[in-house]
Amino acid sequence: MNIVRSHVLVCGGTGCTSSNSPEIIKQFNKELDKRGLSDEVKVIQTGCFGLCALGPIVIVYPEGSFYSMVKPEDVEEIVEEHILKGRIVKRLLYEGDLKEAKVATSLNDTNFYKKQKRIALRNCGVIDPENIDEYIANDGYQALAKVLTQMTPEEVIDTITASGLRGRGGAGFPTGRKWAFAAKEDNPVKYVCCNADEGDPGAFMDRSLLEGDPHSIIEAMAIAGYAIGAHQGYVYVRAEYPIAVKRLQIAIRQAREYGFLGEDIFGTGFNFDLDVRLGAGAFVCGEETALMRSIEGHRGEPRPRPPFPAVKGLFDKPTILNNVETYANVPWIINNGPEAFASIGTEKSKGTKVFALGGKITNTGLVEIPMGTTLREVIEEIGGGVPNGKKFKAAQTGGPSGGCIPESLIDTPMDFESLAAVGSIMGSGGLIVMDEDNCMVDIAKFFLQFTVDESCGKCTPCRIGMRRLLELVDKITSGNGTLEDIELTEQLCYHIKENSLCGLGQTAPNPVLSTLQHFRDEYIAHVVDKRCPAGVCKNLLRYQILAEKCIGCTSCARVCPVGAISGEVKKPHTIDTSKCIKCGACMEKCKFGAIVKN
Amino acid sequence: MPNLKTKVPFRGTKEQEKELVDFIRSMGDDKGAVMPILQKAQEIYGYLPEEVQIIIAEMTGVPLSEIYGIASFYAQFTLNPKGKYQISVCLGTACYVKGAGDILDKICEMVGCEAGSITDDGLFSIDATRCIGACGLAPVLTINENVYGRLDIAQAEHIIKGYLDKAKEN
Ligand SMILES: Cc1cc2nc3c(=O)[nH]c(=O)nc-3n(C[C@H](O)[C@H](O)[C@H](O)COP(=O)(O)O)c2cc1C
Ligand code: FES
Repeated sequence: MNIVRSHVLVCGGTGCTSSNSPEIIKQFNKELDKRGLSDEVKVIQTGCFGLCALGPIVIVYPEGSFYSMVKPEDVEEIVEEHILKGRIVKRLLYEGDLKEAKVATSLNDTNFYKKQKRIALRNCGVIDPENIDEYIANDGYQALAKVLTQMTPEEVIDTITASGLRGRGGAGFPTGRKWAFAAKEDNPVKYVCCNADEGDPGAFMDRSLLEGDPHSIIEAMAIAGYAIGAHQGYVYVRAEYPIAVKRLQIAIRQAREYGFLGEDIFGTGFNFDLDVRLGAGAFVCGEETALMRSIEGHRGEPRPRPPFPAVKGLFDKPTILNNVETYANVPWIINNGPEAFASIGTEKSKGTKVFALGGKITNTGLVEIPMGTTLREVIEEIGGGVPNGKKFKAAQTGGPSGGCIPESLIDTPMDFESLAAVGSIMGSGGLIVMDEDNCMVDIAKFFLQFTVDESCGKCTPCRIGMRRLLELVDKITSGNGTLEDIELTEQLCYHIKENSLCGLGQTAPNPVLSTLQHFRDEYIAHVVDKRCPAGVCKNLLRYQILAEKCIGCTSCARVCPVGAISGEVKKPHTIDTSKCIKCGACMEKCKFGAIVKN
Repeated sequence: MPNLKTKVPFRGTKEQEKELVDFIRSMGDDKGAVMPILQKAQEIYGYLPEEVQIIIAEMTGVPLSEIYGIASFYAQFTLNPKGKYQISVCLGTACYVKGAGDILDKICEMVGCEAGSITDDGLFSIDATRCIGACGLAPVLTINENVYGRLDIAQAEHIIKGYLDKAKEN
């Protein structure tokens, strides 16, 4: 490798790629070339840095200057000023606490990163994911070597069990125990699968891991293969993740070239290979039995368990399935020892968890925190609070299977048990923040629409029950609901939960139950007062003209498509609510702020 | 998403058919081949009309009903052609709480077709997609390969208007 004096890291995650980071890389190479600096300065496309809200992001080392929202036009200035003359381009520096420190002292000192602990994301944004040498330079494939040459399969499983690692895909099942079940089966053919279906809409940590550090997943799956006695693995990735699929395929090819996959790995006689299978956009395929049906090439419908996949899984062979993030922790645990991992987190939830922080929050992006960090720390300190001076209302975790945590419970620690105790779940890591402008009944309806769309239709409680549930909630948001409808909604939720075949139906009513638990008054406002407190549900909105502000210019009456506004010129106008279709055109037109909705 | 029946006729070519047939042959009798075949077919034709499903059924020996069952099960497969301009509005949670629903309504109104369908002239199609993983830029919409993020209704209107004007010109 050449000795280079400076590294330019450009984020190549999905968020930054969408806002033109490939063009920025091109520009850097062009500008460096022009000045004959190509040998001295290396431009690296990395995975996600986490702070997606400020993308595209560029970091220049050795100074560690963190440039945010960089445009291709800015590149020339960075090269000319920073790289050539050593003067940091202050106007592009990250706005947060970095700017005051003048130079980016260290990224880890910013509020966004300070409380984070990066284990699963250890290489994301640090290495070039398309270059296996960089992974190796950061201890890559060392865990696999150690496992194959120094440990028995039982020791590997004991190490994982001792670390306390639990599945990051949602249910939190102890990973070591799952591996032990499969290891116990006496069968020459077994499979190791990775769940990269990432069904929660609004979660993107698995994708960022695959895009930013694909080798860690490959290494972990090979370790799992050794532990349970499998020689073939499958990664089931959503086809909607083209960058992740491409990087994973490149990584698999490189690992094969280096002999980390294939036959006789490290000369130990152990064989293991991996293939990628593309999902095709069905939420239920994240469920383990459905996922395996899908890999086999069928409709991804779940089946009752037992038999569990550890006994009878893919192609009817013993199979383990783990989530991407679960695997990402494995090499770290082998390298650093189970005690190091178990020392982080809470009594029953060990290690860290990655969350995809989104919605009404200043620092949207990926954060990895020790289990047990409170929601308040995540939102106020790491997330930088709710923007635009609005008030925090609730955080949603667990996506369509999860629930909402209201403001009164903002000090809840984020771990498996505490989240379940407040009626939500850890889920796979989606964390969506909502402010006072979001209607909780509408959010519940949003998730119901999702699960109704995604129900595979195999069992009746989910197929029909969920549709009836959606109709009930729809009746409430359109102002036709009664108090009895709220009762009925609640009952139906419990029926569906108890009687559905798979995890989809068993958890799909959760968004309704949790909003009923914490925001029942909003439901009641919809049915009793026929009012949507947040002003979201269209049918319940009423447009009104404030007589004291209206000057009678008639522009609202002229723009109204249904002639619902009347009044004399230069006199206050009125809206006939029975005719009004709530299009909002009048409010947009009024220059005097005389029209309000409530 | 609803898979509304299209009025746009099938215009597959011999070359496309040959590409598909060659691909199916290359799969041999691999277990679980139907999914990759459907994915390839959609890549070739852009969608999976009945005519294409019949070719696959006849060559693989998998009943047409089962092919249809798989094609209609997965959201990625579409039985309708896509427009020259494919508009996708993300309705993932992060985008939804930031008002993507209103943006979608506005776009449907402007373009004149529902989510999950295509205009009769075949120029525009609109889809509501789930999270595309760019939640940091929410709300997000894509038109063909172009990604537009951090939108509000006025900006979305402006973008769509640009495409509508462009479509009118040619
Ligand atoms: C409807 C449904 C959707 C799921 N979606 C996902 C998913 O997108 N990603 C995931 O890792 N696990 C998902 N799961 C959980 C998996 O079934 C399984 O528990 C998990 O992948 C096991 O890995 P882990 O033990 O490492 O968490 C889903 C479960 C259900 C019931
Ligand atoms: S929710 Fe829209 S990109 Fe994630």
